[in-house]
Amino acid sequence: MMAEHSYTSRREMDQYVFHTAVTLLVPLAAILIQATVPKTFPRLGIVDLPLIVVIFFALARRNPVAGTMTGTLVGLFQDGLTNHPFGVNGIAKGIVGYAAASVGFAVDVDNLVNRIALNFFFSLLQSGLLYLIARLLLGDPTVHLLPLHELLRAVCNAALSVPVFYLLDRFKSRE
Amino acid sequence: MESFLARYKNSLVLIAIVLLQAIGLAVQVQHPKEVVDPREPDGRHTTLLRYWTVSLFTPFEKVIHWSSFDVRRVWSGYVGLRHAHQENQQLELEIARLRQEQAAFAEDAAQGRRLQALLAFKQQYISQTVAAQIIGTSGSDSSRVLYLDKGSADGLKPEQAVITPDGVVGKLRDVFPHTAQLLLLNDPTSGAGVVLESTRIRGILRGTSNGRIQINNLTADSRIKPGEKVITSGGDQVFPRGLPVGVIESIVPDPQHQPYMAITIVPDANLSRLEEVLVITGTQATLPPEAQQDAATADATAEEAKRAADVIAERLPSVQETTGAAGSTGSTGSTENQIGGVPGIPNSGLPKPVPAMHPDKYSPGAAPPAEDLKPGGASTPQ
Repeated sequence: MMAEHSYTSRREMDQYVFHTAVTLLVPLAAILIQATVPKTFPRLGIVDLPLIVVIFFALARRNPVAGTMTGTLVGLFQDGLTNHPFGVNGIAKGIVGYAAASVGFAVDVDNLVNRIALNFFFSLLQSGLLYLIARLLLGDPTVHLLPLHELLRAVCNAALSVPVFYLLDRFKSRE
Repeated sequence: MESFLARYKNSLVLIAIVLLQAIGLAVQVQHPKEVVDPREPDGRHTTLLRYWTVSLFTPFEKVIHWSSFDVRRVWSGYVGLRHAHQENQQLELEIARLRQEQAAFAEDAAQGRRLQALLAFKQQYISQTVAAQIIGTSGSDSSRVLYLDKGSADGLKPEQAVITPDGVVGKLRDVFPHTAQLLLLNDPTSGAGVVLESTRIRGILRGTSNGRIQINNLTADSRIKPGEKVITSGGDQVFPRGLPVGVIESIVPDPQHQPYMAITIVPDANLSRLEEVLVITGTQATLPPEAQQDAATADATAEEAKRAADVIAERLPSVQETTGAAGSTGSTGSTENQIGGVPGIPNSGLPKPVPAMHPDKYSPGAAPPAEDLKPGGASTPQ
């Protein structure tokens, strides 16, 4: 009984909520920035700002269902802007959102090193999922996994996650 | 049962959502194969979903684009004018050089048009274009799609070719009322019919997953060399013939498609830094009026140059005599090979072909005379 009380307190202590406007506008703004910035700076197309936002919300809320839903919706919006079928990013980001929310229970997500490591890992996870979806579900033989490119992407995402998490921390609040 | 659902609620939600999307993917992948109409590459329902998504984001993309455009215009209009005088002088020199080049090309162009007319060649000339600006990207480096600020309201349609003054950049995919998707040449789903400029070898160009452009339906050929220019062949019914595409960068065996080669091409247009493009909305079989005027000018220039050459030739009769003498001297050693060589033997005076170094069944003289051939028999000795 004591353990359950302690667990609940810890969970309540670490769970954050966000204003509805933040929940809606931040992911949309991330997708918009992701779509416009590479036009001027093509090399920045390697980072995935919507993924960082999905990981942030999932880690902060620590609710796997909410993490899955956030990841899926953000991914589906991203799919809408590409020439891929709907669901490619939806599935990948949904799984990442679920995994991030699940990991959030076990890890101190306010620690800077943990944040960098988690973003690096989840970026690699998404790259692997996208490759599997393209090869196995879509049956596209032209898709190849470029390990160095994906490692570089993970490093860039991890580096960008530091200022983005710092900025989004300001919108966190407890119930 | 309730405890099971409560215990595995999170996992079940994830599985359900992933499963739903996987089914959705399967439906979308099946549908485009059934779709015959190229105006809807995704199928009707997917196009509608994409339209909603694009409609949500493109207004903001347009605002961002025009805001940055104003800033750039102020910069280029005032701050960037510091070196305008120097640039103007350079441009004047460039114009003078181009005029000289134009005069040199006029003769070739006139000759080309005459030959095309002789062969009744069906050429498609670009008659109508719509200029459009790039307002956004797909946001994913695995999907090389850009968004234009023009749509079906401006006369754009799917499958129309998109070019810049440097060369081909891609074609339109989905077209919405006020925006359109431009599928770049280096997207894996993109392709174009091309021809190598000097060797006239035809191939199909495709994008790769790492953003390169390759021709990978050609086998090894010693005539194909790096540095050769690649132009559109017109065979894909999308890109008009003769538009510059790029230059061959490397030729290596394709390990996945033996015995074909992977011919990598550097595009003439900078696909990663596009600002403005031209969408080809109309082609015609005859030259547009402006081009006809240019052609007439070129013809006149070529005719004038020819007359000048004739005048010089008339005033220098010794040149002709010398040439004639040289020609007769050169032909004295082979009089028996000229027309009218041996009386009574037909064609005995025609020039004889040079003997083949490695004769085969196709070499002249290898085939038996026609009277020795039998219907259904082998044409060459076995």
